[in-house]
Amino acid sequence: MLVGFGAERLGADMNRLLALLFHQGVLDEQFLQLQQLEDETSPNFVSEVVSIFFHESEKLLTSLRSLLMMVEGDHDQDHEGGLEYGKIGVHLNQFMGSSSSIGAKRVRNVCLAFRAASDHHNRHGCLRALEQLEHEYCYLKNKLHEFFQLEQQKVLAAGVRYPMNHYNNNININS
Amino acid sequence: MARNGVVASQRWRSDGDVSSQQQPPADSVIADEVHVLAVDDSLIDRKVIERLLRNSSYKVTVVDSGVRALQFLGLDGEEKKTSSIGAFDSLKIKVDLIITDYCMPEVTGYDLLKKIKGSSTLREIPVVIMSSENVVTRIDRCLEEGAEDFIVKPVKPSDVARLRGYMATSEPSVRVNKRKQRESCESCSSLSTASSTSSSISSSPSLSPSPPSSASPTPMSISEPSSPSPSPSPPMSQSVSAPCSPSLSEE
Repeated sequence: MLVGFGAERLGADMNRLLALLFHQGVLDEQFLQLQQLEDETSPNFVSEVVSIFFHESEKLLTSLRSLLMMVEGDHDQDHEGGLEYGKIGVHLNQFMGSSSSIGAKRVRNVCLAFRAASDHHNRHGCLRALEQLEHEYCYLKNKLHEFFQLEQQKVLAAGVRYPMNHYNNNININS
Repeated sequence: MARNGVVASQRWRSDGDVSSQQQPPADSVIADEVHVLAVDDSLIDRKVIERLLRNSSYKVTVVDSGVRALQFLGLDGEEKKTSSIGAFDSLKIKVDLIITDYCMPEVTGYDLLKKIKGSSTLREIPVVIMSSENVVTRIDRCLEEGAEDFIVKPVKPSDVARLRGYMATSEPSVRVNKRKQRESCESCSSLSTASSTSSSISSSPSLSPSPPSSASPTPMSISEPSSPSPSPSPPMSQSVSAPCSPSLSEE
């Protein structure tokens, strides 16, 4: 029994967390837009979309890192690493698009800076941007995990049963 | 036959490739449901646009590439193999609006736009372009080619609400009598370039005030992210952006 963790209190916790993330510029209004798209017919819409985002982002980050590892060093000539930088650009476009679509503002902004470095074939700048991107992404992921866990707890506390998604793996539903 | 938005066959031709759940066509294509074809190679964006459109009570078909969109519309050259009417027509698929991402591999949104506007059967369908980047040359190009609007992502409910205005078949006041309207419009179809059977998918041409081939019969509005709320994606400050696909270059 989740005594003492009433739905209202969890709701307040969720709001506080969101407010923090907004204040930090981690999330923007687009995240709210996604929440507003949820309804009874698709109650898990946001967490589904965010899971897709996590899955895709991790693949992108892996690709970005391995592409950068393939580039030798800073070069002025276009043909040095041009192919890799081109691919980096494509990946970053995708990352920017997806982060923008879920409201991940800081992640998107780091992608922007990363792309600028990539356009200039600035390997050092790219490495720094990649590290920052990984950091921002990790932070976002942790916070969103926290948010969705609170949401699930709140749902359970309110006594409503929704279809569960994979986030519920470690939640005990025998309340 | 003709313009009652006839029941489509149970299976789209590209059924297995359409990357999203579709409502069963039998119930919903009849009468007044507006059908939007959404095209985007990003899975997240497909999910979002589909939800946005469904929440606005549109019937939605979502495909994951320009190639699939062309297949769906019967513009992929396959129609040569079938009867002269074309597989698309014979399936009686009605599309009232196409909303497509710009940056896609192989066939970009711009390529798709050109093909649609170059097709005598499909050019009446309003096409809206979406892009995550606010590049003026890109916007101009699309509008010149006949796009109704250019939406900067992320797409918002207000953007989707605006889509109604581009669809000739969806004015609220005529929705109830849409069938009558279409039938009466067939007789004044001097504007229509479709075959006289008019069984095709285009929205009623006579509702647009100007000749169908003009680039922009309706006032254009370019969606900027900065409406009432803080802009989620500030316009790009750099003038050159990385090509969105290997084959695309923009000046």
